[in-house]
Amino acid sequence: MAVCIAVIAKENYPLYIRSVPTENELKFHYTVHTSLDVVDEKISAMGKALVDQRELYLGLLYPTEDYKVYGYVTNSRVKFVMVVDSSNTALRDNEIRSMFRKLHNSYTDIMCNPFYNPGDRIHSRAFDNMVNSMMMQVC
Amino acid sequence: MEQGPAGGPAAATTAAAGTGGLLLPLSESEQQRYSELFSRCCPPPEVAAGGSSVGELFRASQLPPDTLHQITELCGAKRVGYFGPAQFYIALKLIAAAQSGFPVRIESIKNELPLPRFMALKNDSEARYGTPAELHGVKFQVPHATLEKNSYKRTDEGDKQEPKSPPMSPICSPPASPSTYQRIPLSYGYGKSRSGLEQQHGAPYEVRHSTHQQDGPSSGNYGAKPALTCSTPNRSLSAEREQQDSSTHYSDDPWRITEEQRDYYINQFRSLQPDLNSFVSGSVAKNFFTKSKLPIPELSHIWELSDVDCDGALTLPEFCAAFHLVVARKNGYQLPETLPETLLPQYLQAASLKPTRDCALFDSYSESLPGGQQTRDFSRSEVRRHEKGSYLAECRAVGQLHSDCGMAVKVSTALKTIPKEFQSYSSTSIEDAMKKGEEPPTPPPRPQKSHSRASSLDLNKIFQQNTQAVRSGWLPPPPPALPPRPSVSQTEQPSEVELHPQMNRPPAQAEENIPAKKEVVLAQPPSKPTRRKLRAEAQGLETPELSPTINVTSSTPAVKPHLPVQKQSSKQKRAIQTAIRKNKEANAVLARLNSELQQQLKEVHKERIALETQLEQLRPVTVL
Repeated sequence: MAVCIAVIAKENYPLYIRSVPTENELKFHYTVHTSLDVVDEKISAMGKALVDQRELYLGLLYPTEDYKVYGYVTNSRVKFVMVVDSSNTALRDNEIRSMFRKLHNSYTDIMCNPFYNPGDRIHSRAFDNMVNSMMMQVC
Repeated sequence: MEQGPAGGPAAATTAAAGTGGLLLPLSESEQQRYSELFSRCCPPPEVAAGGSSVGELFRASQLPPDTLHQITELCGAKRVGYFGPAQFYIALKLIAAAQSGFPVRIESIKNELPLPRFMALKNDSEARYGTPAELHGVKFQVPHATLEKNSYKRTDEGDKQEPKSPPMSPICSPPASPSTYQRIPLSYGYGKSRSGLEQQHGAPYEVRHSTHQQDGPSSGNYGAKPALTCSTPNRSLSAEREQQDSSTHYSDDPWRITEEQRDYYINQFRSLQPDLNSFVSGSVAKNFFTKSKLPIPELSHIWELSDVDCDGALTLPEFCAAFHLVVARKNGYQLPETLPETLLPQYLQAASLKPTRDCALFDSYSESLPGGQQTRDFSRSEVRRHEKGSYLAECRAVGQLHSDCGMAVKVSTALKTIPKEFQSYSSTSIEDAMKKGEEPPTPPPRPQKSHSRASSLDLNKIFQQNTQAVRSGWLPPPPPALPPRPSVSQTEQPSEVELHPQMNRPPAQAEENIPAKKEVVLAQPPSKPTRRKLRAEAQGLETPELSPTINVTSSTPAVKPHLPVQKQSSKQKRAIQTAIRKNKEANAVLARLNSELQQQLKEVHKERIALETQLEQLRPVTVL
C-alpha cells in the first residue's frame, strides 16, 4: 500500500529507504527527509515517557495533495516513515498501524542477527521481501 | 581430427614463426594428444579454442595459477587474444615442461617432454565428450553437487568412480565444457587416490586443496562469487572439516547433511557450547563463523536463513544448518533465498533421531524413565503439532538420548512454550506441585460474593466433609479457595457480628440453618485451624469439591497433578461428580438462606424506619 518506506536511524540518517520504482525516487527521499522534522516535533512533545505502545505510532505526520506521510518511532529512536498515496482512500489507520508493526517486527529480527551492526545499512533479504510485500499491494 | 595431425606441425611452424623462430617438434603421440585436446576445447567449426574450456583444461594440469598465466603469456594467446592451434599446442608443451619441473620458458619446449598430464583426461571416456553443448546453469549445480559430495567423501577405490559417473553422465552427457570441468576435479580426486599418492585417512587436505582451488576459479567463471578469494583459507578450514568417510549419501542434494557432516557439526557445536540442548549465543556464533572468512553480508544472510526463530541464538539444528550453509558457500554454491527443506530445524531434528539412534533404543530408554511412557509418547505426538514445540520436544528427546534422566529437569525448564499440561513431565514436577500447593494462585472469586459470613461458613463445612470423602483420591492439587475464604470471613466478621445477633433474635427463624449457622459460627474458629492443619499435613490433599472446578479454570498448578492423576482419573471423575452434587446442594441451601436473610433484612429495615419516624416525631419537641 505504501509508495515509499524508510527506516531512519537515531541520528537521522537513513538505514533503509525503498520507493516504488516508477516514481521519481528523489522526491520521496526529500519528503522523508522533511518529515523527520515533524517526527522530532512529535517526539519532543510527548515528553520523557515513551514506553507506551500507543506512542510508538505517530500517525499522520502531514498530508499533501498527492500523498500522506505516516510516522512511527521505536523505543531506540529508530524511525519508520511511510509515504502513502492519497488516492488510496481505503487505507485505514489500523492498516497503517499493522504495517508499522510488521516493519518493527522485521527490524527486530534484523537486530537479532549478530552480524548486523546497529547503524549499518540494512541489506537483509527477509526485510526486503517484507517491504516488497507491503509495497506491491499498490499495484 | 584429420586436420589435426596435419595441421599440427603446420600450426607449430607458424607458431614457431610467431614466437621468434622456434621450431616446435611434436612427436606422434604428442600430436595426437594435442589435437585431441584441442578439438575438445575447440569445436571443429571454430577456429580458436574457447577461453573458458582452455582455462579449465589448464587448471586440470594442477599447475599453480601464476604458472598458468605465464604459460598463457608465453604461448602468445595473450598477444593474439585467443587460443589458436599454435598457441594451444605451445601452451600444452609448456604445461608438460612445467609438470616435468622445467622452468616455464620457450626454450624448454625444445626438450623432450612427456605428455602434459591432465589427470582427468585419463579417466574420461570418449563417449562423454561428443559434441559440445551449451552450458546450463542448472546442470552446473548438479555435478557440482556430486563434486561437493565427493569432496566430503573419501574415495579410495577407483571402482567408486563408476557408480558416481553414471549419475553424472546422463545429466551432462553433452560435454559442455563446464561439465567437463566438473569431472576433472572429481576424477582428479579419484585419480589422486588411485595413484596412491595419498593415504585414505592420511591427507585429504591435498585432495581438497586442488579441488577447492579449482573450485574457486570455476565459480568465478560462473557467477563471480567471492569464494575465490576465500579458497585459500577455505582449504585449511575444510581440511579440518573433513574427518571421516561415509559411503552412504541420501542423494545428490547439496543441502542435505550427511552423517559425518552432522557428527562434525555436532562436535563443533559442543566445542562452543557443551550442552547440546542449549543455545549458542549470537556473539559466540559470530566469532566462530567469522573464522570461515566469508564476507560479512554473506554470513549475515546465512544467519538470517538458519536462525529460524530469530532469537539471536542458534540451537543445535540451527547451528548445523548454518554450518552447512557456510560449507556449501565455501564450496561455491550460491546461497538460497530461503532455507532448503532439508535444513529446517524440524527436519534436522527428526533426521537426527532416525539414523543416529534406533527407535527401539529410544523407546526402551523412555520406558526406563519414570512418569509413564504413555504420557511421553502422547505428549510427544501432541507437541509435534506445535511449531516451536515440536522442535523443543525433539530437542528434549535428543537431549535425553544424549544425557541422563537428570537432563530432563534441565530440559523441562527450557520447555516454556510447550503447553502446560506437559510440563508435568519433569521428574521434579511432584515436588514443584507440592511446593506450589502451599501457595495457591488466585482462587476463584467465590468468596467475593456478597453473602454473609454464614454462607461461606457453610461452604467450609461442606468442604470439610468433602475433604474426608475425597482425600484418598487426590494427589497434589492446590488448595484453591481456602486462604481467601478465612480472610474474607474475617473481614466480614466485624460487620456481621451485629447482624448475627439480630438474625438470631427473630424467633420466627426456626430453620435448621440458624442452628447450623450458630454451630458453624462457633465451629469456624476451630475449623479454620483445622483446615490449615489439614492443608499442612495433607500437603495438598485437601481440595474437595472446589478443586475439580478450579482445575478447569486455573492453569498451571491445577494441571500439575495430571501426571499422577492420570492414573486416578476415574476416581477423580467420581470425586468430581460427588463434589458437583454437593455443590448443587450447597447452592440450593445458600439460595434459600439468601432469600431468608433478605426477608429479615427487609423487616429490620421496616423496624428501623418505624423507629426513625418516631424519633422524628419526638424530636421537634425536644429541639424546640
